[in-house]
Parts: sequence; structure tokens; C-alpha cells
Amino acid sequence: MNNLQDGYNDPLDVLGPKQASQLSRREFIKLSGMGAGLALAFVSVPFSKSVAAASEGSEFNLYVQINPDGVIRIYSPNPEVGQGIKTALPMIVAEELDANWDDVVIENSPVSDEYGRQRAGGSRSVPLRWDELRKAGAGVRAMLIEAAAGEWNVPSSEVTTNQSMLIHASSDRRISYGEVANLASELSPPMVDSLKFKAPEEYRLLGTRITGTDNMALVTGKPIFGIDIQLPNMLYASYTKCPTIGGRVVETNLDDIKALPGVVTAFVLEGTAGVPMFDPTGVSITPGVAIVAESTWQSFKARESLQVEWDTSEASSDTWADFVEAAAELRGKEGATVLAEQGNAPRVINDATTKVSSQYNFSFVSHAQLEPQSCVAHWRENIMEVWSTSQAQSLVRGSVASLLDIPKENVIAHQLRGGGGFGRRLNNDYIREAALIAQRVDVPVKLQWSREDDMSFDFFRPGGFYNMQASVDENGKLNAWNSHSIAVSADGKEPNVSAGLRPIDFPREILQHYKHTLTLLPSKTPTGPWRAPSSNSYAFVEQSFMHELAVAAKRDHVEFLVESMGEPKWFREGEDYSLNTGRAVNVIKIAAERAGWGAEQPARRALGLSFYFCHAGHVAEVADVSVDQNKKITVHKVWVVADVGQIINMSGAENLCHGAVIDALSTMMGLEITMTNGRIEQTNFDQYPLLGIVSRPEIDVHFVDSGYSPTGLGEPAFPPLAGAVCNAIYTVTGDRIRSLPIRKSGYTI
Amino acid sequence: MISLSINGSSQSLGDIDPETPLLWALRDTLGLVGTKYGCGIAQCGACTVHLNGVPVRACQLQVGNLEGQEITTIEGVASEDGALHVLQEAWIEHDVPQCGYCQAGQIMSAAALLAANTKPSDEDINTAMAGNICRCGTYTRIVEAIHIAARKLDQGGTA
Repeated sequence: MNNLQDGYNDPLDVLGPKQASQLSRREFIKLSGMGAGLALAFVSVPFSKSVAAASEGSEFNLYVQINPDGVIRIYSPNPEVGQGIKTALPMIVAEELDANWDDVVIENSPVSDEYGRQRAGGSRSVPLRWDELRKAGAGVRAMLIEAAAGEWNVPSSEVTTNQSMLIHASSDRRISYGEVANLASELSPPMVDSLKFKAPEEYRLLGTRITGTDNMALVTGKPIFGIDIQLPNMLYASYTKCPTIGGRVVETNLDDIKALPGVVTAFVLEGTAGVPMFDPTGVSITPGVAIVAESTWQSFKARESLQVEWDTSEASSDTWADFVEAAAELRGKEGATVLAEQGNAPRVINDATTKVSSQYNFSFVSHAQLEPQSCVAHWRENIMEVWSTSQAQSLVRGSVASLLDIPKENVIAHQLRGGGGFGRRLNNDYIREAALIAQRVDVPVKLQWSREDDMSFDFFRPGGFYNMQASVDENGKLNAWNSHSIAVSADGKEPNVSAGLRPIDFPREILQHYKHTLTLLPSKTPTGPWRAPSSNSYAFVEQSFMHELAVAAKRDHVEFLVESMGEPKWFREGEDYSLNTGRAVNVIKIAAERAGWGAEQPARRALGLSFYFCHAGHVAEVADVSVDQNKKITVHKVWVVADVGQIINMSGAENLCHGAVIDALSTMMGLEITMTNGRIEQTNFDQYPLLGIVSRPEIDVHFVDSGYSPTGLGEPAFPPLAGAVCNAIYTVTGDRIRSLPIRKSGYTI
Repeated sequence: MISLSINGSSQSLGDIDPETPLLWALRDTLGLVGTKYGCGIAQCGACTVHLNGVPVRACQLQVGNLEGQEITTIEGVASEDGALHVLQEAWIEHDVPQCGYCQAGQIMSAAALLAANTKPSDEDINTAMAGNICRCGTYTRIVEAIHIAARKLDQGGTA
């Protein structure tokens, strides 16, 4: 069980950190090898920059094209779902290219195997692209220098660059990138070993504030999202599935539906057996009824007349209350399956004077990305073309090809901006539905899920339970730990993806006595990755429990947390994706200092602290919280201190931390998905109260300049927040909250 | 035949079902896709447009009831000469969006606020923006950008 410290191995991640360097082999493959299929792909995107304009420029590699007029086109390979990657990745290229940012035009790259891992997940887009994109930029810069040196008949070593200009200082000659682009692009690409990279102190772009590349389009309402795609003669489909998850269609009134206004056709998709699984590469289809109409509204309206008899014999029969009951019976006990054991934690805890035993739980939650799923698909002559917002674009073509039993080359995929993702769009279920529906219609079809579809047929963040037991020695130091993960499981063998927790380095690495056990709760509710999988819920458990221990030991919380980390070291030497205790202690101390830890607080108000490491990010958060007599809380301010190495876009990074705090506060306060007999009970925002603007705290974000290479930031600022807020609530009220969302314990915001 | 006044010009919707929500008529019939579908039950604010200057949820309005009324969408917020509204400028400069899906609705609510109150307090902003959910959590920058826009307006910016 050699898993990442975050307890989460992205099941899709064939490219772990170790393998990332393999990408560099194909960095200088010329675009000319990309073939006719991709040219076709460009033509079909109605609002793309004109292909004619693009083809005028000189192509250097997969990422860079420079026009004679000086426009530098950079292709951004990974899906954009609000994490700012479409701006951040080109910044890396532009930095090493030494481009003037004003000259840069950014476009989504095609979806092609040549771009490798075109995914948005695991906060890994930046770290896995970092070396590759720096080489792409530096390589083009070297070719431009060589071309200018040739023009001027001077050694390359005498040519420098500055903001899209080539300079020969001693002869005072200057020429723009655009003017030599054509010549330079004909040169042989340089050897990777010969490339010169900037030192961080030479950066002009990285670490500065760059506004998002799509902002103009966003604020003027231009078509930019998946849902905005409109093609000539396009029809609109709805797809109705069994409210009891996994039910199959027995009989339905298709003839009635076909007679309704605007309905072009309606049909049943038999689908695959069993409940849907998180299956981005697979061929599973949830059974249902497709209604294809002349407008979205007509397809929605027709659903109201749809009558379906469902067979639920193989469907989910999950009930949340049953899980709660099962977990209650396990309170205080170890799990039967021992996942890790060293020393004798049960004995040490049993013999200890100061010990704590608690059970924690957290709810299922929905992704609730604001743009409901949609996908446009067009079937013609054995070719399937899809326009989607998948976070796993590089898996779309294979999945659709397998489903339709056609060669992968016959699937053309386009990546569109997604209105939020949070991991939901890592699954390609809705794309497969659209493809199957489009195969029955001879024009492009847009499948549009309603919000109710979206919430009911999510792949939820799994709810779960933890029994936590630990002790401190006579010096108030943590000395034994025994945790028991009670997690949902579809196959009865392993916890579902992102459910439960495998043994993680903290606190195993610092303790002689450690044990971690597991109990599985059989479940058929579909689950999947949700922003910071596992960590998003376990961090609350771990960091609340650490505070319980600090309180029991009568220790200051900052002091206790810092001490628990021990001496500065990597938990796994040489692995950047393991926790570094020095970096951890640093962010904890800085957060405490910025928040004024230790100062006297007003009545009914306190600071709460939490630290968590995941996705290679070390993040500490302090929350300043008031609680009134009626359990109404006010989160006045949250301090976020993160060490994620080199910051790419300071504006985007800060925005992501703001968002993580709001998202985490929203989730811990009020969000819960429950199910009874396999049916999801919350289907829209009236039953799923996302946090509004009124409840926002002030948020102070600070990034530690640690000198490390960049790691991702989509996820690691989320997990610490709930613990920080709940620890503050405890300090104010003495009420230890062990269940999320806290609305269930009577708290409001 | 239903025809509506949208962003200052008359738009025919053909023989559309008069019960069609304005949201879907804008998006599917007229191709004005800046107005977004989020929930369909007036809980998220992504479809906010102006009806005679008042912010409303386009998912709740039937086109059959809207003839003779002035509708403004995000596509009609900039002035006719193309100059951006101060809010649009502030949103770009202050880099408000994350995914951006809610932001057209946010700007429509903020534009109605600024039209009525050129120097809103934080509390005024909270009240005006309470019905617009940002799932990504850009509230801090939304508030800051509204203040920035108000200052731009004070200095002669376009609204």
C-alpha cells in the first residue's frame, strides 16, 4: 500500500510524478504530423479563431506558433473548468520563450494523443506539464536566437532576448520574433540538453498577476462553454433515467411522447446492467429514455408527459440512515481488516492516562458544478464528433470509440470551457449518452441534463465514518494512534474511489505505535472524485481530532501541531509528493503569526487552526469565528498560508484559495446528499444550500516562497478549512463537532 | 408570432410556445447564450436579465407575457459603440471569474444595483447580490470589483 500521502491515487493517473519526464521525448514533434482529422476538428468549432489566420503562422511545436505580425499563439492543452489552467500553462511557455504577454493569443489545443494527459485532476496539470512547457518555450527561443544570429552573422551566444525582441547589443541591432519566425521554424529543434532556462529571479511573468485569458468573452456573454455550442440543424435531447439509481426501462409511452410539440423522436437506451460506476474510460450507459426535440425546452417539457415502468431489481437500495446505524454499532471498535500496524497502539492507548476516542462522520455531497452536464455529438459516416467539457479529454475518444465499436481515429473530440468541474467532469458518462443518442439521429444533437438530472445522477463525494483513538504521553506528546475507516464499497472488496482512507504517512511516520483498520459498508450509490478526494473529508476528522488531543493534553494547539511534525524531513526522501515536515511547520507558524495567534479574543469569538497536506501542497489555515447564543456562526476572517512551490499566476492562485475557502465553508455548513431506498433526496439548489455572498469571510492568502518547483492548487487549500472553523467553534462553545455538515448540529451562518 | 424587445431591438421568436421560458428562447431561438441555465427554479441567479431595468430570473418568465417590455441581457450591457460597462472592465481587470459560468448573472445583478445606487456599501452589495450563487467562490472579488466599478463610474466611466 504505497500510496500518495494524500491517500488518493487517481485511478486514471497512468502518469505519476515519476513518469512525467517521459513526456519530454515528443516535445518537438512538428504539428504537421497531426493529420487531417485535427484540421477538421478546428473547422467544426464555430467560434474558434479563424483557421486561416492560424495557418499563416509558423509552427514550432505542439504549443507555439508565431505569426509574421508578431502574434504568438500558444495552445493550452488541459481542460479549463475554472482552475485557471488555460491562462497558467501558456504563461510557463511564454516565460521561457521570453514573450511579451501582450503578443500572446491563447487557444485550447486539439484533443490528441500527442498532448498526453489532457486532464484536469489531482492538481497535477501544472506539475506534470512544468518541464515540458518550459522546454517548449525555451526551445523556440533558442531557434529564434539562432535565426537572428544567422541573419546578422554573429554568434548565437551574443544574441539576447527581451519581450518578443531579439537583440544584438554590441551592434545595437534588434528584430522582432515575428520577423524571423518563418526562418526560425525551418531550423532543426535544439537538443533538450542544450536549453537554457531562466532562474526564478529572472521571471517576468511567473508569479505576477495575469487576468484570465477568457475574461473578456465571459463578461460579454460570448459562447465559450460546452452548453453554448450551437451547430446548424442541431436538435436538443433530454435523457430520463430511473430515480432509483440503476433501474432499467420495462415499458414507456414513446408513442405519446413522439406526438408532443417539437418532439422529433424518442427512444429507449437499454443501457448496461447494474448501477453506474465511476468509469471514464469504459462503455457503461445508465438505462433511460431519450427525447429529441427542436429545442431544449420542448425536450424538457415532453419529459413531464413521460411515463416509465422501471425494473429496480438490480438497482441501488441504499439508505443513508442505514449507514449511520451500521457505523453507530461500530463506535469505539477497530475494523476487522488491518491495513497498517506498527508497535502496539491499542495497548499504549489503553494504558495511557490521557487519551481520546471519538467517532466522526461526514455526508455524501454533490459536485453541483453550476453548468449542468451537456454534450453536443454529431454522427456522420462512421465518424463521431463530440464537443464536451470533460475534465478527462484524453480519455473521451477511447471511451466513445469502445462504446460505438469504431476506431479511435473516428472519434473527434473538442474541449470546451466547463462551468465548474470539481471532479464531476472526470467521468465521461454524459458524453457516452450523447454519442449513443446522436447515433440515432442524422444531425448534431445537444444532450442537456437538467439540474435535477445533474444532482440525482452525480458520482458523489462518498459519505463516511471514522473511529479515532489516540493517546499522549506524560509530556503531552502524541504517542499512539489507532484509526478505523468505515467506508462505502460497491464491490465489497475495496472502498470506492475516494471513499475511506488508506494508511497515510501522517502520523504513521512519527509514531512507534500506529494502527489503521477498515470496515466496508456495502453500497450501490455512485461515487467518484470530488475536489481533493478523501482529503476533503478526512482532513476535518484528522485536524479536529488533533485539536481534541491538544485540548486533552492541555497544550497550545500550534505548539502541539508543530511538535507532532518532528524534525524537518521528507516523509519519503526524494518524493516530491510526500509530506515535508519542515514545509509543514513553516506554514503552520506563518499562519499562526499572521492571524495573531495567542492574542486575547473578544467574547464568544476564537481562532481555530488546521493544517493538511495533499496533492503535494502544504496548507495551514486559521479561522476567526464568532458563535452566538443561537448557534449562529460568523466567520470573520480566514488566513490561508500555502506552500505549493513556485506560483504561476498570482491572481489565479489567490482566486483559487478564495474559492477553496468558500467552497469548503459552504460544504461543511450545509451540504448533504441523502438517499432512501436508492433514490437521491436532494435534486436542486432549494434543497442543497450553496453558500451565498452574504456569508463570505474576509480571506487573507499568503504563499510561501520555498524555492520548490510548482505543484497544483486546485485542491490543497480546500481540506484544512472545516477543521479550522470547527476547532474555533469548540474553543468558543466547548461543543466538539464531529459530524458534517454542521447544519445538522443546529448551526447556521 | 411573438416578438420581444431585446437589447434595444425587436426580435421575432416565430411560432414559439408562449410558455417557453425566456431563458431558453434567448439561448436556443436567438442564440444569445450569455444568459446561463443553472437550476431552472430561480435559486442560482445564473440566468439573471433585466426586465424594464429590474433584475429578474429568465428561467421563470414565459415569453408569452413579455411583449412590449424591455429586456436586457449580458450581450446588451456594453454601450452601442462597444465600450464596456464599468462592471465588465472591473471584472476583467480584477480577474473576478474562476469558471465564469455565473458571472454574466452576477454582472446583471450588479448593473441593476449600480444603476440605482452609484456608491453601494458592502451591505447594499450583499442585499443586491444575495440571489446569485458563485459555486467557485469568487465573492471576495465580486464585492471588490463592484466597488472598483463604482469608482470608475464616479470618474466618468460607462454604465
